[in-house]
Amino acid sequence: MDKMPKWADVILTPLISLILAMGISALVILAIGESPWTALTTMVDGALGSSYGWGFTLYYATNFIFTGLAVMVAYHAALFNIGGEGQAAMGGLGVALVLLYLPLPHWALALPVAMLGAAAFGAAWAFIPAWLQAKRGSHIVITTIMFNFIAAAVLSYVLVNLLRPVGSMDPASARFPAETALPRLSELAAWVGIAWGRNTPVNITFLVAVLACVLVWVLIWRTRLGYEIRALGKSERGAVYAGINPVRITIVAMLISGGLAGMMAINNVMGESGRLVLNAVEGAGFIGIAVALMGRNHPFGIFLAALLFGFLYQGGGELALWTSIPRELIVVIQALVILFTGALDNMVRMPLERLFLALRRSGGQAR
Amino acid sequence: MAAPGDMTGGRPDAAAPAAIELRGISKAFGPVQANRDISLIVPKGTIHGIIGENGAGKSTLMSILYGFYKPDEGEILVNGQPITITDSQTAIRAGIGMVFQHFKLVQNFTVLENIILGVEDGALLRPSLSKARGVLKRLAAEYQLNVDPDEVIENLSVGHQQRVEILKALYRQADILILDEPTGVLTPAEADHLFRILEGLRDEGKTIILITHKLREIMEITDNVSVMRRGEMVASVRTAETSPEELAELMVGRKVLLNVSKAPARPAAPVLEVRDLTMVDADGVERLRRVSFDIRAGEILGIAGVSGNGQTQLLEILGGYPEKGARVSGEVRMNGAAMPLSGRGCDARQRRREGIGHIPEDRQVEGLIMDFAAWENVAFGWHDAPEFSKGALMDNDAIRRDAQAKMERFDVRPRDCHLAARNFSGGNQQKIVVAREIERNPDLLLIGQPTRGVDIGAIEFIHKRIVELRDAGKAILLVSVELDEILSLSDRVAVMFDGRIMGERLPGQTTTGELGLLMAGITDTENTPDSAGIPPGVTQDALPEGSA
Repeated sequence: MDKMPKWADVILTPLISLILAMGISALVILAIGESPWTALTTMVDGALGSSYGWGFTLYYATNFIFTGLAVMVAYHAALFNIGGEGQAAMGGLGVALVLLYLPLPHWALALPVAMLGAAAFGAAWAFIPAWLQAKRGSHIVITTIMFNFIAAAVLSYVLVNLLRPVGSMDPASARFPAETALPRLSELAAWVGIAWGRNTPVNITFLVAVLACVLVWVLIWRTRLGYEIRALGKSERGAVYAGINPVRITIVAMLISGGLAGMMAINNVMGESGRLVLNAVEGAGFIGIAVALMGRNHPFGIFLAALLFGFLYQGGGELALWTSIPRELIVVIQALVILFTGALDNMVRMPLERLFLALRRSGGQAR
Repeated sequence: MAAPGDMTGGRPDAAAPAAIELRGISKAFGPVQANRDISLIVPKGTIHGIIGENGAGKSTLMSILYGFYKPDEGEILVNGQPITITDSQTAIRAGIGMVFQHFKLVQNFTVLENIILGVEDGALLRPSLSKARGVLKRLAAEYQLNVDPDEVIENLSVGHQQRVEILKALYRQADILILDEPTGVLTPAEADHLFRILEGLRDEGKTIILITHKLREIMEITDNVSVMRRGEMVASVRTAETSPEELAELMVGRKVLLNVSKAPARPAAPVLEVRDLTMVDADGVERLRRVSFDIRAGEILGIAGVSGNGQTQLLEILGGYPEKGARVSGEVRMNGAAMPLSGRGCDARQRRREGIGHIPEDRQVEGLIMDFAAWENVAFGWHDAPEFSKGALMDNDAIRRDAQAKMERFDVRPRDCHLAARNFSGGNQQKIVVAREIERNPDLLLIGQPTRGVDIGAIEFIHKRIVELRDAGKAILLVSVELDEILSLSDRVAVMFDGRIMGERLPGQTTTGELGLLMAGITDTENTPDSAGIPPGVTQDALPEGSA
């Protein structure tokens, strides 16, 4: 029997965690002599108060949806992929190579090809840890985090020594051809006659991300592969009994996971900057872990959690811009949200479960 | 039959206050009433059995006594004194010790270190250890509880580990020992030894509460027995004044067939032929040694033996998943076709396609995904069956309909296919597995421990279904550590010991004594064990009428 109703599990628990995190953040802001109320209104106003703010919030959210889905798929196979950062970075390399070296006359053609490039590079980067885990038992947490560092090193080498245009002092690739630039959501809105989100980086990739949420849901809960991934994640011996090959499923799940992380590059590399720069991922790979945790490893939850973290990113930036709250404190606030919604989940969940059990018991006696 | 609560005990000192007295104990978990108004008197110096089906509330009651749960109502008296047991420390101080079904020992500590764990006096270990060594020596002499104090736990047999648990309780000066399903993990010989130890403890004045669902143990060792059913104490009687049949009836509330009634088998052509099957595991230990047998269509071959003598490996190899790194040799034919024993083609999915069903030994670890809903578990292992597919996707509606129908036919309760497997009782979990495998109508059904941890009502049901499958002309390999089960279900019995088949017997023409000797590796003939098997074809006309 479930201990509490589903809505309490998926909505109430994260909400209370969030409120607790906000409460402590307010105390911290008070402690440095600033007004928590001003901070909150600045954040809400900056991130959600205008179509400009929304544009940035959705842009960040798009990144987090991809990395969150990546963590989720691996999680269902009981694999903790914390290599999203490196996989997304390599995805960026895939995008850059495709766009720089293949003649692609229009963005509508460039998008699917670049997606393939991004997914292939991300998946390839996840393959080695996956193979080591499946065949050699090397723990995937250790190998994926090491591969983050290797990816960063590979990327600086490639950018400095191979992709940097002659004469440039910037460790970045050349600009991608203009005809491959992805339409921004503001342009799409303009086509239908709405002035929305001008000068914001959110682009068509956001819609791809939403589609990815749906497809991942179908994959995990409607396909045989998803069934096998979940079965392996719950019990390896059970999976073996049922004729599910753990080596194969481990590798396939990680390939999908790495591919999703890599596809983030469509948003930041192809959609936003139009060239490959150093450290383009900016920690989104790690935020994906928190997003997946808070989203209960469900695509819809991940979508909501990604919006929240997009808000925190954009709102945090505004906070640094308009108040004297230092940038570091914004990281503290984000960390508090991760701490409460991810790590301290049971702190809220268990009292809630007891509460619901008690409610049900008294309800049962009254009847 | 005495009414609950008015029993006075089978030992002479009934006038002394009872070691334990429970008055009106109730405990609910949410809407589930686990214990309802339970009263119980356990006289000092007796062995008291508590028997009941899975989920009858035995474990809850004992957990209340040991301070894991707080009762909603009722009071507990220990040696005549009312007491509130808030945690296990209080219970220990009151002289109550508990031996759990799953031992709570630190595997890489020595016996001595485990015994003082939690009761070390002072910061330094040495004085506690030497004190414990003395006490241990005395206890060992007093109660035949011999274990090497310096041996590391993981090197001890299960039976010895259990002794360490008992010693732990005695070291904490327990006068009242509660044992939860103590023989579930023991060989018959180890169980006998345990019973001698328990009798010794009783004769020294200790009080013992034995929780079990095995009637034989109750009859053999207890002085008094209390029966629980659906959270209530339905009877407390002197063991000498009752019978297994009466207890079984009290447990389930209706008469049960302890022996399966079945017509003589009519075996046809061999379905499975196993020749010289040998398996060496990754550590180089020979787990199966030249095992040979046949199973014909329409017969049940029972494999008796103490667990750990190669039965698991045999089932895994036939099921298509030999353990990693194992080397398998020999020949296995299924319906005349050679079965690959390693590499490609040796895979559980392939075996299912060839018509092999498999009810695994451990339903919670292998047979079910405990977090999956019942309907998802009904497709487990068969999830790529065409009727469960809709193009590239799984046809979840079809699976749910199938699951609901199977749960109906196998009387799985509650009849809710959306409930996760872990929310069903052991017997109902097993019914889900049995329904899934039997309803596929396999040519060969591999069965490991079909009724382990399953209550009597479900045992009867599962046994009937197995016999029905046999009568439908299917071959069945039955592995069980329960001799009674093997004898009442099988048409032929093979005994395994140390990876070998020690011999084959007909259930009607053998005794538990003879099988017990074979299970212990003792053959009365000078023949090599490998040739001791009776060729299956020879005994056709001598098949037993009904059960033993």
